Amino acid sequence: MVAGGGATGGLPAMVDAATLIGVVLLEAIVLYVGYGAAEQVLGDRLIERLQNA
Amino acid sequence: MEFLGISLAVLVMFVGFGLLIGILFGFFGMGGSFLVTPALLVMGYPSRVAVGSGLAFVFGTSVIATLKHRDLGQVDYKLGVLMIAGTTAGIEVGKEMVLYLEELGMAGSIISVTYVVLLGGIGLFVTYEALKGNDGGGIDHDAEDADAEDIPDIAKTIQSYRVPPMISLRGGVSVSLWMILGVAFVTGLLSGFLGVGGGFIRMPALFYLIGVPVPIAVGTDLFEIVFSGGIGSFLYAMDGGVDLSIVLPLLAGSALGARVGSAATSIVDEGEIKVYFGLMLLGGSVAVAVRELGNVYDIAVLNTVSLVLILGSALLVSGAVVYSSVSALREEAPTDPPTAD
Repeated sequence: MVAGGGATGGLPAMVDAATLIGVVLLEAIVLYVGYGAAEQVLGDRLIERLQNA
Repeated sequence: MEFLGISLAVLVMFVGFGLLIGILFGFFGMGGSFLVTPALLVMGYPSRVAVGSGLAFVFGTSVIATLKHRDLGQVDYKLGVLMIAGTTAGIEVGKEMVLYLEELGMAGSIISVTYVVLLGGIGLFVTYEALKGNDGGGIDHDAEDADAEDIPDIAKTIQSYRVPPMISLRGGVSVSLWMILGVAFVTGLLSGFLGVGGGFIRMPALFYLIGVPVPIAVGTDLFEIVFSGGIGSFLYAMDGGVDLSIVLPLLAGSALGARVGSAATSIVDEGEIKVYFGLMLLGGSVAVAVRELGNVYDIAVLNTVSLVLILGSALLVSGAVVYSSVSALREEAPTDPPTAD
């Protein structure tokens, strides 16, 4: 398990928590951009296939 | 084989579960913690991790869905900031009410009953409005500007109170600042009292009470969830309650689902979807009632029944969104046969 922020309080816990949330935010943005690029490349072809299936 | 400390099968299950939730989240602007937290609890995760990871997942998904809705011009930032202010105050009061009821030893039962009644009530209302059809002021995903006949009667009444300052919102709607703050406060109060994210309360409230078109209600609701989910998950992360081995694969699936759900708001003729949405809320209320009965009478199997009901409802509705999207695309397909040169 990759559990986050085990500190009991204070600045280290806040930094750990901020890092964890930052990782989640970074993944969200990377996925948004990545899936967006995939949509640009494959979107029209996928829609065409769905329409003609 | 293991990734992030979990087996490949669990990883794939999380990605698939995330995809399902992402579709609902992108389409309705709700359905995150409502689905994830009970599932994680039944899987045996401690409640702190289930709630904290659920919130972190909701935060990530709402970022993605908000970005997508922003691209479609469906986020009203002014309304979102006002809603955050009113909701925050409401959550504080709701939390105080819970603490007071805990002192009286009545918190658990009153919160459970309120949750079931509210979820079931909204589900019945949405289903009823949907079955009434377009003439009844039901939800219309196509409405960029709110036509007079599309605005629900309650919203028309609230908009008629011209107490300054008046705020102009996207969709051509003008509402008193105090009415917006009042609606936000009440939704925050319920959210804080019930301990839920509140998307299932806030999204219908934005449409039925303030009168903004549904796509903007969904986009603005998601914008608000970015902040509430971010703050909530940060607080849980400080206490070690966020598990990245849960959040990262869930988010990988939901990012794709949120794109599908958000895009579907622009193409689906959602008459039948509204009924499914109402039924999902009703399914959710029955599931919560079953879980509470299981807790009261100490019947463990009712927890599993509750989870199956919630997941079944979610699967039904997200499947309906995808099916209706594909059907709409096929109806839009050009009918001319291709010419052979």
